[in-house]
Amino acid sequence: MFFEQLLNGLTLGSTYSLIALGYTMVYGILELINFAHSEIYMIGAFLGLVMVTVYKLPFALALLISMAGSCLIGITIEKAAYKPLRKSTRIAPLISAIGVSIFLQNAVLMLAGPQARPFKTGLNVSSLRIGSLRISSLQLLILLVSVVLMIGLHFLIQKTKLGQAMRATAQDKEAAQLMGIKIDQVISFTFAIGSALGGAAGVLVGVYFDSVDPMMGFFPGLKGFVAAVLGGIGSIPGAMLGGLLLGLAEMLGAVYMSRYKDAIAFAVLIFILLLKPTGLLGRKMQEKV
Amino acid sequence: MIMINSILAVSLNLVTGYTGQLSLGHATFMGIGAYAATLLTLQLGFPFLASIILGAIVAAIFGFVIGVPTLRLKGDYLAIATLGFGEITKNILLNLEITGGPMGLRGIPKVTNIYIATTALILVIFSLNRIMNSRVGKSFIAIREDELAAEAMGINTAKFKILAFTIGAFYAGIAGGLYAFLFRYINPKDFNFMNSIEILCMVVLGGMGNTYGAILGAFIITVLPELLRVVSPVIAQYRMVLYGLLLVIMMIVKPQGIISGSSLSNKLKPKLSEKGGQ
Repeated sequence: MFFEQLLNGLTLGSTYSLIALGYTMVYGILELINFAHSEIYMIGAFLGLVMVTVYKLPFALALLISMAGSCLIGITIEKAAYKPLRKSTRIAPLISAIGVSIFLQNAVLMLAGPQARPFKTGLNVSSLRIGSLRISSLQLLILLVSVVLMIGLHFLIQKTKLGQAMRATAQDKEAAQLMGIKIDQVISFTFAIGSALGGAAGVLVGVYFDSVDPMMGFFPGLKGFVAAVLGGIGSIPGAMLGGLLLGLAEMLGAVYMSRYKDAIAFAVLIFILLLKPTGLLGRKMQEKV
Repeated sequence: MIMINSILAVSLNLVTGYTGQLSLGHATFMGIGAYAATLLTLQLGFPFLASIILGAIVAAIFGFVIGVPTLRLKGDYLAIATLGFGEITKNILLNLEITGGPMGLRGIPKVTNIYIATTALILVIFSLNRIMNSRVGKSFIAIREDELAAEAMGINTAKFKILAFTIGAFYAGIAGGLYAFLFRYINPKDFNFMNSIEILCMVVLGGMGNTYGAILGAFIITVLPELLRVVSPVIAQYRMVLYGLLLVIMMIVKPQGIISGSSLSNKLKPKLSEKGGQ
């Protein structure tokens, strides 16, 4: 029983990690909480659903297409709603972000209706038994996809030129620009990657819970952000760790107080902000003038 | 209703417009005020005025509790914390027995009328003007303009941000109490996230940092759905799509709103950009 909860927590946590990565990457570069991220996650799930049910594509292909679609949406949002505001007050892009989130959520609500739809993939769901522990193949799939994506991201950030440019931009935009880095491209690319991961998380969760609806982004979005803060906002390994820890905390907490399961993430946020606002793996950031 | 919405818009304007902190849970504080005032009257038999004021104090206490951990840091955390707080509060209201769960509370006496609501609005505006013309108000504006510079000037930014947020929650609590005694029936759905966004739209549309702008915004956002319903019920039903667009477009095209508040940075901007500063 305990191990089963542990596994559930890890599965859920790995999807939180994927969402948290999108938040933390954008925050690292623009110092903006991208509220629209939870909607990208929701749209990603819908795209995956459409690919699988309408176009009858195999699951792996549907996942890739949904990630590509989320990418495009992420870039469009950045260009349309955030880029014109890059030089304005701090609060303006934040309000714009919440506006985008409301707009997308309700646009999908209008198109798809409020009801939750089942997400049947046609995958064979079987379960492994190791002693008394039961592992479903879905859980393995989610863990596997998450780990592959995270390793891919780590490679991209640490080993490629583009990753280097992203890290430089996150450290100091002006200096990076002086070094010949096209920061507009880097920012777009950051949104693209973050959105792709968010979209992938949407598809995985949609399949896991067998349900997709226009409001599904709200809590996972919130929790993804909490995971990012828990790990240290701006830190990529932090987001991965934060997601896993939050997933575990939630599943273990749910055993004792299932009614207020969603409150756990919130309590975690408040505690982290009180005790260690830089998060577990965050650096102390000096505010620049 | 326009009066009550005006109180809400004016109070959020104190937090967002004057002090520059984004709160996404204003309807939550309104809800806390409404529930507290209602329960005081229904369960303990408090008179109307005492219930409203005590309800507002309860809302202010919650505002303080949320503000302390989040506002000591950069204001961004407030947005997410108020967002989460709103959902948690809704969950608790739905599950507690004393709040009637999803059924809400019924049988509240109808006390609020247009005169009481107008008087309340005038009192709120009056007290707000007093605050804004004092040292405290100037500190709020200084924090909005440049938190770092304000800190360097010796303003305890955390303290004043928390103060602004607590006062904002207090006013929202008053509005909530008035709301409960107007509609005689409250349930958790009346105070959800979408309502918070509506209040934010009022402030953004009317003009951040301007009390009369906020009232104008409240008027427009209150009347608009009714007008839309006449034109086309479909549009009225999905007006949140419009609100989302409105927030984005207002920010890009005219961030200062219809009636702009006097902002130091607006006046200084041309000079600064000549120097090539950002």
